Amino acid sequence: MPVKVKIPAQLRPATGGEGEIEVEAGTVGDALDAVFEKHDGLRERITEDGDLRRFVNVYVSGEDIRFQDGLETTISDGAEVTILPAVAGG
Amino acid sequence: MTVTALRCKECGTEYPLEAIYVCDQCFGPLEVSYDYSGIDAESVKRRIQAGSSGIWRYADFLPFTSRPASAIEPGLTPLVRAERLAEQLGVGEVWIKNDAANPTHSFKDRVVAVALAKALELGFDTVACASTGNLANAVAAHAAAAGIDSYVFVPSNLEEQKLLATDVYGTTLVGVQGNYDDVNRLCTELAAERGWAFVNVNLRPYYAEGSKTLAYETVEQLGWRLPDRVICPIASGSLFTKIGRGFDEWRSLGLVDGELPSFHGAQAAGCGPVANAFADGHDVCRPVRPDTIAKSLAIGNPADGPYALDLARTTGGSIDSVTDDEIRAGIRLLAETTGIFTETAGGVTTATLAKLADRGELGSDDRIVVYITGEGLKTLDAVREGFAMHEIEPTLDSFAERVPERSPVTA
Repeated sequence: MPVKVKIPAQLRPATGGEGEIEVEAGTVGDALDAVFEKHDGLRERITEDGDLRRFVNVYVSGEDIRFQDGLETTISDGAEVTILPAVAGG
Repeated sequence: MTVTALRCKECGTEYPLEAIYVCDQCFGPLEVSYDYSGIDAESVKRRIQAGSSGIWRYADFLPFTSRPASAIEPGLTPLVRAERLAEQLGVGEVWIKNDAANPTHSFKDRVVAVALAKALELGFDTVACASTGNLANAVAAHAAAAGIDSYVFVPSNLEEQKLLATDVYGTTLVGVQGNYDDVNRLCTELAAERGWAFVNVNLRPYYAEGSKTLAYETVEQLGWRLPDRVICPIASGSLFTKIGRGFDEWRSLGLVDGELPSFHGAQAAGCGPVANAFADGHDVCRPVRPDTIAKSLAIGNPADGPYALDLARTTGGSIDSVTDDEIRAGIRLLAETTGIFTETAGGVTTATLAKLADRGELGSDDRIVVYITGEGLKTLDAVREGFAMHEIEPTLDSFAERVPERSPVTA
């Protein structure tokens, strides 16, 4: 199903400036893979050995995927996947 | 001035001193780096001692290219020897660093003074923050004093005292329906949309440096000596790790001799992602949904968690968590033995001190510094339980009849 993936400002140089990317995916992992297909430079910036780097947060419709099934979290129709830096706050 | 660049703590990539906070190569946090090679310890010491009576006396160690100033200057809060508390717990030398004595009654004045001075230096006209309450007070007050606009984002269910004590400064107070982590996520998104200085988002590398001044003051107030152990609350982990950095900088410059103290972190059991990771031997924190009366520490997704774990482990320290009942008891213990009334975060810290003493982890010759970061009047609900007042008629008989004799104070 179509999913909107929101790219943070810090990663937009790797997407040619695009802040939102539409992909077809059923899980968060699939959605990220589909984004990496389009913009290969993103992969190494936010993943390491197939896992998310430790300072990357990913949300599905505002909910941290670590409270769900991580990269296996399923995405419902029209949901938004948001990638954000984890180093703010406190 | 010694400040040189922003540097990624993970991969070392360097960036100019701008309003950025994330490494665009690996997403790691940026930290301010300095070049202290031209620094002479004795002349710095003289400069500090001749400096202002607040944090700007440590300007050599703060991220500015010219001498910083602010309308409200925090710092040089009392470091008080707590003999009755130490005696009651059966431990050595206990010192309370009472940071409730800052202008808006928490350590957040330190980080905000630094962030706001930096925001002005970078040319911003609006500051903002994501806050659990104390930061909200500080941002609103410092912005008012500097005469610039501010937006303050908090969870809408914060303690009433913290909300009222923010709004009074004329800020735009925004109560977000959600917990602090929701507020923080929103502000991370907003920071990319708006040209504002979010003190703990895009200005976070500078902001966090303000916490080092707690380490500097501790050393100075102990007569240029280091403590053996420190006990410090952990929310994001920034305060905890920056106190470590402050001690380390002064050790490497020869301003103070000795080992880095053991770092003991304090969290609430209802929001203890760093304590959980410490107990489980993990080097990253699994986020939690906060459920604790210690709202100022209720960060379920702590940004500096991995670094806090590292500091506790490499210094032979620990990270503990305490229950809400222990927090309430901690507030009373500190109040009854030192005359210092702290908020729930200080209850967490004092309860952790008691827990470590109980476990026999604190030596009888240890010099221990306990960081009390906020004011009890901001979290009055925490002491409602157990409140007692003897209401009498204005007569001697009524007094004699209704008010029991006190037993003598021991310890």
